[in-house]
Amino acid sequence: MSARSVGAGDLLRLGVFGLRTRPGRVVLSALGIAIGIAAMIAVVGISSSSKAALDRVLDALGTNVLTVTKTQGFGDSPPLPSTAVASALRQPVVQRAAAVGEATDGRVFRSPFVPRAETKGIGVMAVWGDVPGVLGGSLAAGHWVDPSPQAPPQVVLGASAAQNLGIDRLRADSAVWIGGQSVQVVGITAPLQLAPDLDNQVFVPQGLAVSLGFDGHPTAVYTRVDPEHVADARTVLADAIRPDRPQDVGVTRPSDALAAKNATDDSYTGLLVGIGGVALLVGGIGVANTMVITVLERRAEVGVRRALGARRRNIRDQFLVESLLLSFLGGVAGVVIGLGVTITFAVSQGWPVAVPLWAVGGGLAATVVIGGISGLYPAARAARIPPTSALAAV
Amino acid sequence: MSAATLAVGSPRSSVPDDAVVRLRDVTKSYGDVHALRGVSLDVTAGELVAVVGPSGSGKSTMLNTVGTLDRPSSGTVRIAGHDVGAMRDDDLSRLRAEHIGFVFQHFHLQPGATAAENVADGLLYSGVPRRTRLRRAEDALGRVGLGHRTDHRPHELSGGEKQRVAIARAIVGDPTILLADEPTGALDSASGRNVVALLRELNAAGTTVIVITHDLDLAASLPRRVRMRDGVVEDDDRDAPASPSSAGVDR
Repeated sequence: MSARSVGAGDLLRLGVFGLRTRPGRVVLSALGIAIGIAAMIAVVGISSSSKAALDRVLDALGTNVLTVTKTQGFGDSPPLPSTAVASALRQPVVQRAAAVGEATDGRVFRSPFVPRAETKGIGVMAVWGDVPGVLGGSLAAGHWVDPSPQAPPQVVLGASAAQNLGIDRLRADSAVWIGGQSVQVVGITAPLQLAPDLDNQVFVPQGLAVSLGFDGHPTAVYTRVDPEHVADARTVLADAIRPDRPQDVGVTRPSDALAAKNATDDSYTGLLVGIGGVALLVGGIGVANTMVITVLERRAEVGVRRALGARRRNIRDQFLVESLLLSFLGGVAGVVIGLGVTITFAVSQGWPVAVPLWAVGGGLAATVVIGGISGLYPAARAARIPPTSALAAV
Repeated sequence: MSAATLAVGSPRSSVPDDAVVRLRDVTKSYGDVHALRGVSLDVTAGELVAVVGPSGSGKSTMLNTVGTLDRPSSGTVRIAGHDVGAMRDDDLSRLRAEHIGFVFQHFHLQPGATAAENVADGLLYSGVPRRTRLRRAEDALGRVGLGHRTDHRPHELSGGEKQRVAIARAIVGDPTILLADEPTGALDSASGRNVVALLRELNAAGTTVIVITHDLDLAASLPRRVRMRDGVVEDDDRDAPASPSSAGVDR
């Protein structure tokens, strides 16, 4: 046979024409595919945007913060020694260190007239060094506690503590009631993402804390270590702070907790991608269904084309291309919708928008595969329509 | 494709070698229904033939057979020198693309496509590039007197115009044979007369035309009339053996 095949351009034109003449049906049957692809793109896009947001947070906070506490367990470990911060700072691997120590009897109130029971869970912490500085946090207002043990009474409020106390702005006369006296508020911290448990605390100099049940031992030591030696720093810290019983000291990396929180979201991502896959499957069946009906309706057209000289494979290709196009259109619409959802959601969360290219490419490739598979049977049926159909049809 | 055995050295052959259609003892059965019961018919190049007969006489089945849309149950069918019985489906498609133009009672135009695009579809399966197809489509529309309607879509055309577009589609590939199935059946009489006049013109220009009809007046106006009944050719009479294209014009 001579080269008598119908060219790709002609096939595409036939496919577009076949769809263009039935726009309503195209929209409805492409919708299933569109929803499936949109769901997958949105899920993947939102998940990776959230990851990008977390990465940005971690970049800003650093992953080289190590927290030292006494081990939590069944046996009651002794508290950290009062020299823990100094010991930590003597290690070359430690760049900065700070600590908080709980003042167990400390209660904080907006004023002396608030009933004693309404503590709102706010605790009082004595401080060593610049805690927000080591944790990569900052002060929303004012300045940090004067770290010298003999500093005059003053207090810095954690972000939630400030909210709970109803102090949203710092003024010259801002004060809270601690241990039977009015203490001037000198600062309010921004939320500390690496130590969210500190957000509902207030921070005071050690001198003031002693009268509130502070025993001189730090509850948690925060260190910023050499980023190249984070793993080594764990053992170095434990040995330095408790040379006799390093097993009584726990060293954790708070950025791991943030990352782990994100990892738990991945199981939901898998579930949602699965749902998207089901939508895609249903969409593919919808395309197949539409194509079967189209083929039934167009027996006369097939007959005419066979009479004009179309071979079976020409007819098959025509309907296959139409099915591919239909599915691909749904895929493109799905990508657009999925991107829109991702962008809307990410922007509303203040995240950067991150949609992996593989998700878009993979989604579109999936629609081509779906369109091909959905079109196989209808196209094969069309190719089997006898050439006499044009004459038989009225 | 081989057509080497055509009537070579056959002393009984009363048919000239320019036969474009040759049916020999053709039968066609659908289960117990015998649509054709042994039809033999020759059509010579340049003829204008009417095939008439009541419904169920087998004339549509014969059109399908001549048009190579269907294969006979027995007998031989030669179209433009090719033995249809020995050909694969793809080769039959090619034969139709190159040698046969179809005109249908209900036009079967693509709604939504312009007249030129519809006509160009007649060359879609012949490997002709699109630009050439469209140019030849405009030529063909000129030949059927619709050169001014190339950009109109079927719903903007009258019935007679639609049928002329369909005829243009059938002749755009310069077929050896033009097969018309009830070409005036869906038209008013004036449009029908125009279509018949057009078929005559095309025939005068050299195309072999076979018209299936049950319009006896139309049939009577054509130079050769094949009358079918119950699956056989009942009668086959022609006007003067002279130039087929000029015969019968003044009846």
